Amino acid sequence: MSMAPLFLIFPAVAAVLAALIPSNRWRPWLLPVAGTLHAALTGVALVRPEPLSPTAWLALDPLGKVILLVVSLLFLCCSYYAAGYLRSRSEQPNRVFCICLLFFLSTASLVAWSRHLGLMWVAVEGLTLVTAPLIFFNHTQQSIEATWKYMVVGSVGIALALLGTFFLAYSAQHAGHGASLMVSDLLQHAPALSKPWLHAAFVLLLVGYGTKMGLAPMHTWKPDAYGEAPCVVGALLSGGVTSCAFLALLRAYHISVAAGEVAYVCRLLLFMGLLSMATASLFMVGQRDMKRMLAYSSVEHMGILVLGLGLGAPALFGTLLHVVNNGLTKGVLFLSAGNIHRAYHSKSTEQVSGAMQRVPLSGTLFFLGFLAITGSPPFGPFISEFLILNGAFRSGRMVVGALFLVLLLIVFIGMGATVLKIVQGRPSIAARKTSYRDTVLSGAPILALLVLVLLIGVILPAPLAALINDAVRYLEGQP
Amino acid sequence: MSNFFNPILVVVLLLNLFVLGTSRITSVIRGVAIQGALIGMLPLLLPGHVSRGAFLMAVLTIVLKGVVIPVMMNRALRDVEIKREVEPVIGFQASVILGALGAVWALLFAGRLPLTEAHADSLVVPASLATVLTGFILLITRFKALTQVMGYLVLENGVFIFGMLLVQAMPLVVEMGALLDLFVAVFVICIIVNHINRAFSTLDTRQLASLKE
Repeated sequence: MSMAPLFLIFPAVAAVLAALIPSNRWRPWLLPVAGTLHAALTGVALVRPEPLSPTAWLALDPLGKVILLVVSLLFLCCSYYAAGYLRSRSEQPNRVFCICLLFFLSTASLVAWSRHLGLMWVAVEGLTLVTAPLIFFNHTQQSIEATWKYMVVGSVGIALALLGTFFLAYSAQHAGHGASLMVSDLLQHAPALSKPWLHAAFVLLLVGYGTKMGLAPMHTWKPDAYGEAPCVVGALLSGGVTSCAFLALLRAYHISVAAGEVAYVCRLLLFMGLLSMATASLFMVGQRDMKRMLAYSSVEHMGILVLGLGLGAPALFGTLLHVVNNGLTKGVLFLSAGNIHRAYHSKSTEQVSGAMQRVPLSGTLFFLGFLAITGSPPFGPFISEFLILNGAFRSGRMVVGALFLVLLLIVFIGMGATVLKIVQGRPSIAARKTSYRDTVLSGAPILALLVLVLLIGVILPAPLAALINDAVRYLEGQP
Repeated sequence: MSNFFNPILVVVLLLNLFVLGTSRITSVIRGVAIQGALIGMLPLLLPGHVSRGAFLMAVLTIVLKGVVIPVMMNRALRDVEIKREVEPVIGFQASVILGALGAVWALLFAGRLPLTEAHADSLVVPASLATVLTGFILLITRFKALTQVMGYLVLENGVFIFGMLLVQAMPLVVEMGALLDLFVAVFVICIIVNHINRAFSTLDTRQLASLKE
């Protein structure tokens, strides 16, 4: 029997339980329980793979495995953090928050398991819907504004993605193979697909799912949503939702490449990637709000992923590894930024300084997270970004490679200036008086994520390398 | 395609122009409701598609798009006590002209996409593209939160029209899922609209401008 239903049903059952538990204090502890169980299930699914049936709607192919791993690890760490966070915010009702977090786990797993593009679309849209109330958690005017933008921009993007999905199905129907949205059918008939429909479909899917990923110029919702959402939600959005949307884009890429349209899609992807990186670097310089800075960093890294995909075969390993690195490192950054936010009651560099003194653990982790995400050795993102750069030069795209380096450098300087202001100096008198102190629950999950990022950078665990190699082979069409 | 298909799509195209040209928000809601109910009927007109599942889907679509969502919208409108859209970025007449130009472009562009023989003389593709464009115009140029939601619904209607070419590719579960997602999205948006109104005492999205660089 397939494991897929387990992944979908048990978080949903936990969500129902969360709705039934009356105590605001005990309810959040369901999250770590669900997170641990999900991680254990993921472990089993990865270690004992089921044979991939081409007719199954729910099956875990090599690409889905990578995304499921990222989502599961990130949620595991976030769930323990969330339990501590919600305890400190006990005045705020957390029923809807817990329910939505658990449904997040369920829908994100569905995205990873889907082998049917229509079902995948339903899951990504579901992901948008369950995350909207999460952004709204603080019920301030700003959070309403952020949720509104997130819903409107996100819904429009997702509607375009549906149109793109339809176009893709029609390209198969036009080729005389009957309209199908099964990934395996589309891959099998790829060379025969009607080209004009396929081109239009790819553009719509890139714009649609790109909106969910937060590629420029469809990124406008991102700084607002990440800035106003609680940090644990920011971590799940920037590491989980974006990875799920990227998986949808990977499917479109896979089908287009199998159809022999490499040149067409790569040009689009390279352009979008560089545009996102350039936009992010522009807004990152002089950024005063630390969470908005992280949002632009997310725009940048989505750009890197799309750019890596656009470089094609030589950079695929680096790109898929970067999905893992970006997801985990964003967890480190958002969760530690959350602790700093709680210690200072502010997220602006005008009030926040001396975080290393005020909250030594969180301040240090935030700083190390910054070093990791900007691609400094010995952390994981260094390896993946280096592999992407290497891919650019190996495929003879010198200009792209050079631009990539320059933009990374600008981001490093821009982000570094803001981060140094936050961690260095002396904390203000007001900040010393707030009640927040680093605890095990608010520190250990971040430390665990950072250790993972470090491990990937230093030794690149063999099982992970094998997993990503499988995915690369799958993308290149050698099952 | 049946004989009734193209006439219904022409009515859908006219409704697009009506929605673009009116300043009364209740008229916009009514126009979008009629449009939603009309396209909900389309699947039943497809030859060989009359099954219990298809009938159920059509009834659900018509009830949701034609009755439930408009009632929800009208209630939200009554709570916030506004009647008219303020003068949009592009005037009402100008947006009608823009919508008409969009429809012409859609007709020309659809001519470049190859269709299978069975669909060769149908208006599905141009009607779908023109409706999507109308949704975009509403979303971009209007200021009231509720009109923007109607823009999203029109956009969604456009995508739905295209789905008519693929009824056999979309299994019932996926269709149901898409419809459910649409409904929940509108539901969530209504809740946010309500909160916007309570927190800002207005539904003018120009007031939602505290978050920017």
